[in-house]
Amino acid sequence: MASMTSYESHINQVNESTVDRVFMLGNTAFLLIVTVIILLPLIFIVAASFSSAEAVIAGKVTLWPVDFSLLGYETIFEHNKVWNGFANSLFYTFFGTVFNVAMTIAAAYPLSRQDLIGRRVITFAFIFTMLFSGGLIPTFMVVRDLGLYNTRLAMILPTGIGPFNLLIAITFFRTTIPPELNEAARIDGASDFRIFLSIILPLARPIIAVLALFYAVNTHWNTYFQALIYLKDQELFPLQLVLREILIQNSVDASMLIDVEDLVAREGLRDLLKYSLIVVASVPVMILYPFVQRHFVKGMTLGSVK
Amino acid sequence: MRLTIGSSYFWLRIRRNWQLYALLFLPLLWLLVFRYAPMYGAQIAFRQYSPVFGIEGSPWVGLANFERFYNSPKFEPVIINTVVLSFYSLLVFPIPIILALSLNQVRTRLFRSSVQMITFAPYFISTVVIVGMLFQFMHPRVGFTAALANMLGQASPNWMGDPGAFRHIFVWSGVWQDMGFNAIIYLAVLSTIDPALHEAAVVDGANRVQRIRYIDIPGLLPTAMVLLVLSTGRVLDIAFEKVYLMQSPLNLGVSEVINTYVYKVGLLSPVLDFSYSTAIGLLKGIVGLLLLIAVNHAARRLTNNSVW
Repeated sequence: MASMTSYESHINQVNESTVDRVFMLGNTAFLLIVTVIILLPLIFIVAASFSSAEAVIAGKVTLWPVDFSLLGYETIFEHNKVWNGFANSLFYTFFGTVFNVAMTIAAAYPLSRQDLIGRRVITFAFIFTMLFSGGLIPTFMVVRDLGLYNTRLAMILPTGIGPFNLLIAITFFRTTIPPELNEAARIDGASDFRIFLSIILPLARPIIAVLALFYAVNTHWNTYFQALIYLKDQELFPLQLVLREILIQNSVDASMLIDVEDLVAREGLRDLLKYSLIVVASVPVMILYPFVQRHFVKGMTLGSVK
Repeated sequence: MRLTIGSSYFWLRIRRNWQLYALLFLPLLWLLVFRYAPMYGAQIAFRQYSPVFGIEGSPWVGLANFERFYNSPKFEPVIINTVVLSFYSLLVFPIPIILALSLNQVRTRLFRSSVQMITFAPYFISTVVIVGMLFQFMHPRVGFTAALANMLGQASPNWMGDPGAFRHIFVWSGVWQDMGFNAIIYLAVLSTIDPALHEAAVVDGANRVQRIRYIDIPGLLPTAMVLLVLSTGRVLDIAFEKVYLMQSPLNLGVSEVINTYVYKVGLLSPVLDFSYSTAIGLLKGIVGLLLLIAVNHAARRLTNNSVW
């Protein structure tokens, strides 16, 4: 973000006061402590996932793998349920995000146009859903009555438009597309559809990237609630629901542990499996993270501009 | 020129923009079906809903469902748990501000961006995985806390099974996960503060602490107030996803909140009671809305900052 400003480099040349030097020392120490606290649990999980089942069950692992082993990962790769969940999550995330972004952009552009009558009322109708909703059961009843219960569409259609994301998109269009552009195109004889398709959409690429990220990560990949209430069949479950069964409800197929004879080692494998699963489940987003961080920051900044 | 419905200019403008309304058609249809139809359906809170009669055919019962909740033994613990957990979660809101103020002082770019990157990372971990991590990290036998206790020759603690620890674990794991993400907005605001203010303060001999106190913090106040008002409006709506995952028979006494109770009564119990569940949810929604309006009013009165 802000690079070193002129007055700061000026201060560097002049001697800093003792108060400032003590403060900066304390500040650096504070940030280091925060960083360590954030990293500690992450390192522990990764270390445990690469340890042997015996070391895990003996509680020997702290911050470095003990008796290096890939058994946990090998067991997961043979677990069909996890891969099925992975494929389902990819499906819901891809099609859901396409639907969300298309709907949000289609709503945001007209609502950003100052000459649209009813703009305020319609925008408020969207924002109001952020403040008040019909509630869990009435929403469930609508989804059920539409025949969406226990279908893949139930994971996609109800997500539609997030009011916060809509606000970001409206702000983007209002601040980046000057009204003159639209007037000039009008004079040249372009219709609103034409303006939208050939001028607005190409200009909207940055906001489309931000929206796609927000929806993909926050609305689809990382959530389980929607699936918990709308899905019944195991084959439709997204990854997060499969993870819930294994990590939280502690249910692991006995067939997966069959190779291991010893009862204690079997118990150890059960826990080892969880550590490896946590790592495997988080890797896809973590690999993308350094690349998408910039867009996330941009989106949040856009959203905070009123 | 004032526009009144019926004036030909009004209709002219609508007709001229018909393609914009066409673009809005599907989003509005979606809004009506998936957001406003449920609000209409919420009237079953005042009826005794039966699938045979449907929403409009079920008999009216007035406030009976609300009274039933008020008189049930669940009422007091559920309300208390929700309020305590929410306000505890609100109490930690200055932490991202402190992180942002602190990061803003760092002059080494590499250090600054590394810290920012690391603190932001946990935001991308899903709730299920976070709670799974909590269970493994604090596992009484195979967890990090157990290994540490072993090394020190102590008995391993079982925090996840301790009802007294539930609220602390819930709130502070939330801080761990969201601190870096929430600091982003504040960092963005800090970068918009006019450098001339800092220059003038330096010339006047102000040290860093004084500049944070008199320039940075007042600069952040409007944003902080808006965010605080918004989160107070959602105070009763605490993260269902995480609470539900962290619940166990051991901690149910402190972890049963309105949202989890609504879910259990409405969709999990052997006798599904749509009307009763909807009434509790509606009560929460209305109180939340009133709270938001009140807090917004207070914020405008006290600090001149408000959401609307």
